Order: sequence, then C-alpha cells, then structure tokens
Amino acid sequence: MSAAETTADDATTGQASSRGQAIRRIVQGDLSSVRVVLGLVLIAIIFQVQEDRFLSAQNLTNLMLQITTIGLISVGIVYVLLLGEIDLSVGAVSGLSAAVMTVLSVNHGWNAYLAIAAAVVVGASIGFLQGSLFSRFVVPSFVVTLAGLLAWEGALLQVLGKTGSLNINDPKITGLANTFYSDTVGWIFAAVIIAAYGAVLAAGYRKRVSAGLADGGPTSLIVRFVFLSAIVIAAVAILNSDRGVPLAVMILLGFVVGMEYVAKRTTFGRHVFAVGGNAEAARRAGIRVNAVRVAVFTISGSMAAIGGVMAASRLFAVNQNSGGNELLLLAIAGPVIAGTSLFGGRGSVWTALLGALVIGSISNGMDLLSLSSAVKLMVTGGVLLLAVLVDAVARQQRQTSGRV
Amino acid sequence: MAANGTPLLELEGISKRFGPVQALDRVDFAVSAGEVVGLVGDNGAGKSTLVKAIAGINPPDEGTIRFEGREVRIQRPQDATELGIATVYQDLALCDNLDVVSNLFLGREQIAPGPGQVSRQLDEVKMEHETADLLSNLAVTIPSLRSEVGTLSGGQRQQVAVARSLLGEPKVVMLDEPTAALGVPQTKQVLQLIRRLRERNLGVVVISHNLADVFAIADRVFVLRLGKAAGEFKAEETTEEHVIGAITGVGEGREKNDQELEETEHKPEEGGA
Repeated sequence: MSAAETTADDATTGQASSRGQAIRRIVQGDLSSVRVVLGLVLIAIIFQVQEDRFLSAQNLTNLMLQITTIGLISVGIVYVLLLGEIDLSVGAVSGLSAAVMTVLSVNHGWNAYLAIAAAVVVGASIGFLQGSLFSRFVVPSFVVTLAGLLAWEGALLQVLGKTGSLNINDPKITGLANTFYSDTVGWIFAAVIIAAYGAVLAAGYRKRVSAGLADGGPTSLIVRFVFLSAIVIAAVAILNSDRGVPLAVMILLGFVVGMEYVAKRTTFGRHVFAVGGNAEAARRAGIRVNAVRVAVFTISGSMAAIGGVMAASRLFAVNQNSGGNELLLLAIAGPVIAGTSLFGGRGSVWTALLGALVIGSISNGMDLLSLSSAVKLMVTGGVLLLAVLVDAVARQQRQTSGRV
Repeated sequence: MAANGTPLLELEGISKRFGPVQALDRVDFAVSAGEVVGLVGDNGAGKSTLVKAIAGINPPDEGTIRFEGREVRIQRPQDATELGIATVYQDLALCDNLDVVSNLFLGREQIAPGPGQVSRQLDEVKMEHETADLLSNLAVTIPSLRSEVGTLSGGQRQQVAVARSLLGEPKVVMLDEPTAALGVPQTKQVLQLIRRLRERNLGVVVISHNLADVFAIADRVFVLRLGKAAGEFKAEETTEEHVIGAITGVGEGREKNDQELEETEHKPEEGGA
C-alpha cells in the first residue's frame, strides 16, 4: 500500500467524523484561538449589556489604541514563551528605550527616526546581553531578566534625570500613535489585506495540488478567506465611522503578521519551536540552540522597545512610570490567556493580539463602568487564572485520550 | 566473518576507560552492507559505550576504525555523520510538539525557492512530499504526516526516528534498544522496518536486551561481557541458550578462558544446533 493510498483512506474516514472532531478540538485546545474568540464575544456581550457605549465605534477605536503597546511587547514575549523561557525585563526595557528616544529627540535634537532607531537598538542590545548571559552561563532566564527588570528601571530614572518626566514635541514621534487615515485609505488597506491573504491561500493550495498533497477540497480555505475578509471589512467600517484606521493598529498588525510568518514559515521559527519542544533533540539535530536563544531574547528586547516607543508617542511623554505598573505582567498574561503555553513549543504570535484584546477589553469595559483599579486588577487576575485552568484541563484530557 | 564481502565498518582492538572502569577492552567488531548485527550483553557490558565510540560521542582511547576499508578517525558526532553512520538513540530525540515532517527534516530543512529564500522560508510542500515518499518506501504507515509526533504510538515514533536517520543517506545505521517498551504488534512493525533497512543494503547494528527480537532479525549476534567480546554467533546456527551462556558467562560460554576467547572471537561459534 502506498502512502498516497493511506492518506486518501485517512482523509475519507477523517471527514466522516470531522464535525465531532472539530467540536472536540475546541474543547481540548487544538483550536484554542477559537476558544479565545468565543471568550471575547462573551466579554463584549457582558459589557455591552451593562454599558451600551462599549461597542461604539469611538470606544472600539480607543480600545485598539490602548492595546498597541501591550500587543507589541507580547509579540516578543510569545517568542520567549515558545522557548519555554520568560523575560521579566520587557516592561523596564520598554520604559528605558522610550526614555532614550525622548532624551535624544528633546534634549539633543536628534532626528525622530534616528531617535526611534536608537531606542530599538537599546532594546535589542539589552535582549542580546540577557540572552547571552542566560545561554552562556546557563542561568535561569527568570533570574537574568529579573535582575534586568531592576537594573533597567534604575537606568530609566538615571536617563530621565532630575525632572523625572519629559514631554515629546516632535510630531513625527507623537504621530505614531495619533495618526488616523482617511476612509479611502482605510478601504485601500482592507482591499490590500484581503487580496494578499487570498493570493497566499490560493498559491499554497495550488502548490499542494500540483504536488499531489491536497487533503480535502478548497472548502476550508474558502471558509477561512470569507471569515477573515468579513473581519477586516467590519473592522475598517467601524474604525472609519469614528476617526479612521489608526496608524498604530497597522503597525501592530504588521508586526503580528510578520512575526507569525517568521515563527511558522521560516527555518528560524521552526528552530525556535524545536528548542522549546526538546532542546536536546534540537541540539542533536545540528541546531545551534544557544544562537536561537540569544536571537529570541534580542527579538523580545526589540519588541519591548517598539512597544515603549508607541506608549511614549500615545502619552506625548516619558516619565518615571513608563513601562512600569502592571504592563509587564499583562504583556505576559495576554499570550498565555490566548493559548500560548508557558512550557514552550506551543503557541502563535496571534495570541499576542488576541490576548491583548481580551485584557484590553476587560480593562476598557471596567473603565466605562467606572470600576476602581482594585476591581480591575482582581478581575484580570481571575481571567488569567481561569484561562490557565481551562488550558490545564484541556491538556489533561488530551493526555488521557492518548494525545500529548 | 562478515555475511558477504569486506566489512563496511570494522573496529579493531577498541579500548575505552572511564577512570578505574575498563568499559571496553580490545574489542573487535564489524558490520557489512546488507547485514543486521545484534549487539547483546548484560547491563554494563559495554554495548552503549561501543555504539557511542562508533558514533563519535565517546571516542575510544585505543584501537582503529576502518570504514569501507579505509582507516578513519571519529572524534565528533559530525565525523560519524559525514562518513555515513547514523544512530537512533533510545530516547529517539524527537520534538513531541512538532509534526512528523518537521521532525524528519529537523536541522536540515528545505528552503523554498524564489523570494522566500531571503527569510529562509520553509518548503513545506517539498518536505511533506519527500516524507511521504520515504515512509511509503519503508512501508511505514502514519495516520497523518501533519500530526504531532507526541500523539503517535511508541512504535510509530520509533519508525519516525529510524526514517529520520535515513534522510542523510547513511550506510550504517545503529539502533539502541529499538523495541524496548513496545507492544507486540508495534515490535513487529519495527522489526519489519529493520529488515527493510537490510534490503536497502545498509549495515545495521541493533542493541537489544530482547533475544527473541534479536534472533528474529539478526544475521549475526555479537556478545559483550564486562567490556570484552564474549562470543559471536551466526543467528541461524545457534540457540538462545548459547547466547545467554555467553552473556552471563555461565555454561558453555564459560568453558573458555579470556585468552581463548580472543583467539576465537573472529570466527563464528560452531556450537549450536
């Protein structure tokens, strides 16, 4: 029996029970992102019932602006989590990088783009340093980045100097978080995204068909295409009915899509998953495990810096609290809530966006209801715990059904 | 000594010492193309040390290794790989979170042609195609090439690990306890796969505790005891009792002293049925 026949057999038997399997998958966590989307819908319904401004175009636009910083930092965190490691320094790094940018721009009159580049270089260098220490000396990443958290927060205070706060006046920097595109440009974005997604799906399908690997028809691809197109059109319509599509949202989306591509489609991304799944197996397969680790921490530091730049841009300022408070914990909680494993090897960059949406929605909704930050923190903690428990139960069920 | 022709891999007078322990003591060993050699012995007899010496993980202190008649030095795992010696360890070294295709091509991913080369984009279609070809050649059936390896049965995982070792087009494959912890039908599958390796004219070395499995596949059985060669048998011409005697040093294997052993170890024992 050839492999082609076998896969064909499996495909037919697979289709018979595919509906039951799809439901089981949602419960057991293969489609954890579907679970999170359902959770988001639930959150939206709860807040909308209590306060009908929640789903207004203006509030949804605000929500998108509120989540860009957390979302961008979470993109880097996802990579660290895929390794099964943790980076506790990202909050402090985002604050320090933003402060460096602001000081260079305001006090030294640097060009805005050079100042932003300097901030990213600072973040990347810190990530590189921490990653090197972690992999070279085999110190737990938890400890290295905890030391970083303290040290870079000190460095932030040092950079800001006596005033402790600096206002940004360069419109090129403040424009990052405060630019909105016209309706026409918004629809052009939508058209380009939908066309590009369709082209990628079609090209992939054609290649599989010509290689004789087509499993099932194009139905599932068409469903995915229609689903994504609907989301994009709805999002642009909502954003356009308020101030328009924000530049910040496009930046966040760009990083999520780009880094998801790197994680899932490139050799480097494959190696990140391999090291996170079984570092020893990766090493024996000839993968330079330490180089992968250093690269991942460099990505994490860079994304933290980019998130910090966006936060400063939105606030028009950097102060001693930049990158502080619960930013770090929320940036880590987001991807975990959305299904990226804390133990490495499982997850996707989309969870950075989805997790930030969940956390942002809860925070935004409770703000609308004028709840105190005491309540906000407790509810967010409860949601994190709930998400991790659901994930743990799903994993146990998978194990008992013989699927690890 | 070999089943046919000159040996592919030939070891002569291999010794390895770990502190006070003489793990291998002047061992001669050989495997030919198209031959399955069962490497047996009690715990601590030196089976793993011998395999690790060949695989370049623990290079021997003394002795010569010849590959295809040429003297070679194997100091690092890469040396063994470059010569064409692949090893499948007992822990299999698979990434449970990756699918079959990803595991097979781990560390030697195919890069897509075109603009994707800049980002070293994976050529998933090509890799999946080659995986399907290889597995069907070996008559290995896996439900879906895209299922995570962690969800496969022990026998399937073993077969994936063996298939992976073949991607580098090796000439010698060494398997460490390939049937340990497998059920009866799965053991059968793996043994069938080992026979197919022999059909491909590879030299195969199988370490096993399970003599029934060894006798089911091996052409030759090589016994180590306390780091020394303790006997070599043609599988067809001997019985499990003889081999057990050599492994434990009790009974027929005990009749010779060490010096005699050294003289006879190049010739297959003529005892047996």
